Amino acid sequence: MSKQQQYRIKVNGQEETITAEPRELLIYTLREHLNLTGPHIGCETSHCGACTVTMNRKSVKACTVFIAQADGAEITTIEGLGDPDVLHPLQEAFREHHGLQCGYCTPGMITRAARLLEENPDPTDEDIRFGMAGNLCRCTGYQNIVKSIKAAARTMNETREAAE
Amino acid sequence: MIPAAFEYYRPRDISSAVSLLDQFGDEARVIAGGHSLIPMMKLRMADVPHLVDLQDLDELSGIEVGDTIKIGAMTTQYEMINDDDLADVAPILREAALQIADPQVRYMGTIGGNVANGDPGNDLPGLMQCLDAVYSVVSSDGKRTIPAREFYKAAFSTARKDTEILTSVSFCAPKGGCAYVKQKRKIGDYATAAAAVQIERQGDRCTAASIAMTNLSDIPVWSEAAASALLDTGVDEGAVKSAVSGMLGDIDPAEDNRGPVAFKRHVAGVILTRAISSAWARA
Repeated sequence: MSKQQQYRIKVNGQEETITAEPRELLIYTLREHLNLTGPHIGCETSHCGACTVTMNRKSVKACTVFIAQADGAEITTIEGLGDPDVLHPLQEAFREHHGLQCGYCTPGMITRAARLLEENPDPTDEDIRFGMAGNLCRCTGYQNIVKSIKAAARTMNETREAAE
Repeated sequence: MIPAAFEYYRPRDISSAVSLLDQFGDEARVIAGGHSLIPMMKLRMADVPHLVDLQDLDELSGIEVGDTIKIGAMTTQYEMINDDDLADVAPILREAALQIADPQVRYMGTIGGNVANGDPGNDLPGLMQCLDAVYSVVSSDGKRTIPAREFYKAAFSTARKDTEILTSVSFCAPKGGCAYVKQKRKIGDYATAAAAVQIERQGDRCTAASIAMTNLSDIPVWSEAAASALLDTGVDEGAVKSAVSGMLGDIDPAEDNRGPVAFKRHVAGVILTRAISSAWARA
């Protein structure tokens, strides 16, 4: 066993100090040290995207990042996007358009979609399918996920335009 | 899935990084994006007592575009895809990088890791052989360069020594038309077969060609037989068939969960035919 170290990460705007071995995977840090259980453990083999979080403006699979690599990083999880009283437009759209069924993949889906819309605020269906290709859903057949993301993009663009 | 314990280092400059490799020899590995290495460590197929993270080495990042293109080893696939200057001069890089893994992996995966790991499934080694790229490596003994076409020795075995770090990949701005065509079972999978093709033409004649195949042997296959079959032809159906048969003489696929050998050879032929046709149309 290697020694435990202290790591500093900023999660959902809050500075956190973590004591852990360098080999700890970021998904465990988030879930078990910080009690952020939104990001899920799905396949744990870098395939399914259920553990997706945003790290330094990149969508990453938190099962494939060591806490040591994340030292100093800024991280956003689903908990940082919205809450039950004030849903993020993506959460609202997923609810409205039946973009989920069992819900297991949804935090990863929404966190990834949020980053996708930051980079491409007006995506085509094809852009969405390509940009969401790292997230697997075994319930919906994806059609309603694409619809939800498109609807959220529309809402967010309208809000932005209204503000300008 | 918990990997074996390791000591972690995040050096601030190349000389500190290479002295860690000198100190620990084959017990140390460098990590770039980690999306090949971490899964192997989680499966305990890679034992890495000393992990040297290159993320703070800014000198390994960045893309220089001129007559020669130089891409720093820590440049991610995401950065390659989004570099418009690179796409102007060598659109093949964007085309190939978009076919690697999935969006999350492309944010982390680097060109250096992709070419240095020696995984026969990686896409960029074949492309770099096609483009006749050169890899720069550094160690405490100094710098040297290794041609991509001489880099790969066997699966996960390359001409890079344990004490060397791959720092950049360089190649001449590709002339003519290029294509990278990949058949995979699903997003995120390695190729069942993939082909990198570069063709130059004058009028209706092919004046230069280069062809490399991915994941059809334990190393990428740069096929001179395939390329020479196109030279001085109009890249008609007969010439393409000769190129495919030249390529089939050079590959050596193994049966695995992507299919039996006969299927892989069939797919290799189809994919190469498509890649030649696309590169010729762009030439």
